[in-house]
Amino acid sequence: MECQECKKRPATVHFTQVVNGDKKEMHLCEYCAQEMGYMDYHDHNFSFHHLLSGLFNFDSGASLSGNQKEAFHNASVTKCEKCGMTYQEFTRVGKFGCENCYKTFDQHLNPIFRRVHSGNTKHDGKIPKRVGGNLHLKRNLQQYRLQLQNLIEKEEFEEAAKMRDQIRELEKKLSNAEDGES
Amino acid sequence: MSLQQFINEAISPWLKEEAEDNDIVLSSRIRLARNFKEYPFPIVADEKTLEKVLDVFADHFAEHSLGKNANLELVRMSQLEPIEKRVLVEKHLISPSLAENQKTGAALISEDEQVSVMINEEDHIRIQLYQPGFQLEGALDYASKLDDWLEEKISYAFDENRGYLTSCPTNVGTGMRASVMMHLPALVITQQMNQIIPAINQLGLVVRGIYGEGSEALGNLFQISNQITLGKSEEDIVEDLKSVVKQLIEQERNARQRLMKNSAIQLEDKIFRSYGILANSRIIQSKEASKCLSDVRLGIDLGLIQNVSKTILNELMILTQPGFLQQYAKKGLTPEERDVKRATLIRERLNLEQE
Ligand SMILES: [Zn+2]
Ligand SMILES: [Zn+2]
Repeated sequence: MECQECKKRPATVHFTQVVNGDKKEMHLCEYCAQEMGYMDYHDHNFSFHHLLSGLFNFDSGASLSGNQKEAFHNASVTKCEKCGMTYQEFTRVGKFGCENCYKTFDQHLNPIFRRVHSGNTKHDGKIPKRVGGNLHLKRNLQQYRLQLQNLIEKEEFEEAAKMRDQIRELEKKLSNAEDGES
Repeated sequence: MSLQQFINEAISPWLKEEAEDNDIVLSSRIRLARNFKEYPFPIVADEKTLEKVLDVFADHFAEHSLGKNANLELVRMSQLEPIEKRVLVEKHLISPSLAENQKTGAALISEDEQVSVMINEEDHIRIQLYQPGFQLEGALDYASKLDDWLEEKISYAFDENRGYLTSCPTNVGTGMRASVMMHLPALVITQQMNQIIPAINQLGLVVRGIYGEGSEALGNLFQISNQITLGKSEEDIVEDLKSVVKQLIEQERNARQRLMKNSAIQLEDKIFRSYGILANSRIIQSKEASKCLSDVRLGIDLGLIQNVSKTILNELMILTQPGFLQQYAKKGLTPEERDVKRATLIRERLNLEQE
């Protein structure tokens, strides 16, 4: 395939550009992609497309067992109720349509995330102040409990007792907050 | 308009600031991807929905300022000429995809151009924060404050387990891409980049040319950024990137010292030839221009060239892009005409230094 911009070099950069819901297939050579400024923003997606095609390359159906085929078929008709994106479309475009897609396709996501994020599947960063709700407290609580275990193992019982009090206080705070929420 | 005026308007003020390690690290950037919980992502949302997103910014954030930062101006793609959009792309204030979202694309840009919040790009919100030199922590701190400020009015798509939910699975979790722009001429001259790039990739970081590909990066300018966004905290991601960048700075410094020790006259010759080309050529392509600019910048850093400002490399790399050249010429230019205009602009710019 030739580059759709210069029509000279072979197209090696492929992606879908979506503007206001209109999808446009882009096939460019690296030079033109660079020239048009795409490399700066789409570099990570290129590799992702390769990753996905590796994960979901079911074209060679012969290599799949009956169960796998069925699983794939079921997956492909899974549809997000909020935005209408099907799982099949997701694997083709490589993009989620809305936050609810994450819930809808949840059972298929861990292998994808592991592949893209070096084995990680769970968030360990910032929590938004409002939407994050009690997550801050919950995360602190987890940390305190770990510390408590450490202290007990090291037989530092005085410190452990203090930590236990802190945990109780935090638990109380959390249950109050959860009551307030409902 | 005089060239000086044009440059003043074309170059973001922060790019001219002196900063830590900025002989090698030219700038630091933090980008955070965020989405509204209630609306589908731009890839599937209809125009009306994306207009609602835009309204939130127009109502609550435009003409506001956060802390010391100057006013934030809401720039709608629909109000810009194609050439103006191209210039914003060349300044890295907006992405080409955003520029193509003619109807609902917009950006909230601060007066000092350190902040640019892209609206209705791949995600509803892309916060971008630039700092001169090697200042990733400062950039993260600032970006996070901006993020908190936006969250006062916007309910983010966030999940306890997956973090900030983004359209592309490569951004989920922190939604953060931290990057630095580095000038690494000595590592390129000594042919070490070819080994360094794969080694850095193995650490979960991405290296690429800013104006070119792979090890043939134009102007010897490289961008190093994190690949992984899920399962690590923002601080850890920045810390990991920082430690690699620090090593790179040291290796580049060592390579420069070795060059000066072992082949000083050859290096000096190379640098002054490049200076001669920039000061005298009448036609110059961007590839040659960026090579010479890199040499001259190295010459300045090594104290071989005096009385030329350090910022000349980043300045002219940006100014000699097609969009800027045409804006300076005030008309469309063919590639051949651009090469002539580029040579003229560079000569004039060097003349400014003599005055
Ligand atoms: Zn091309
Ligand atoms: Zn959805």
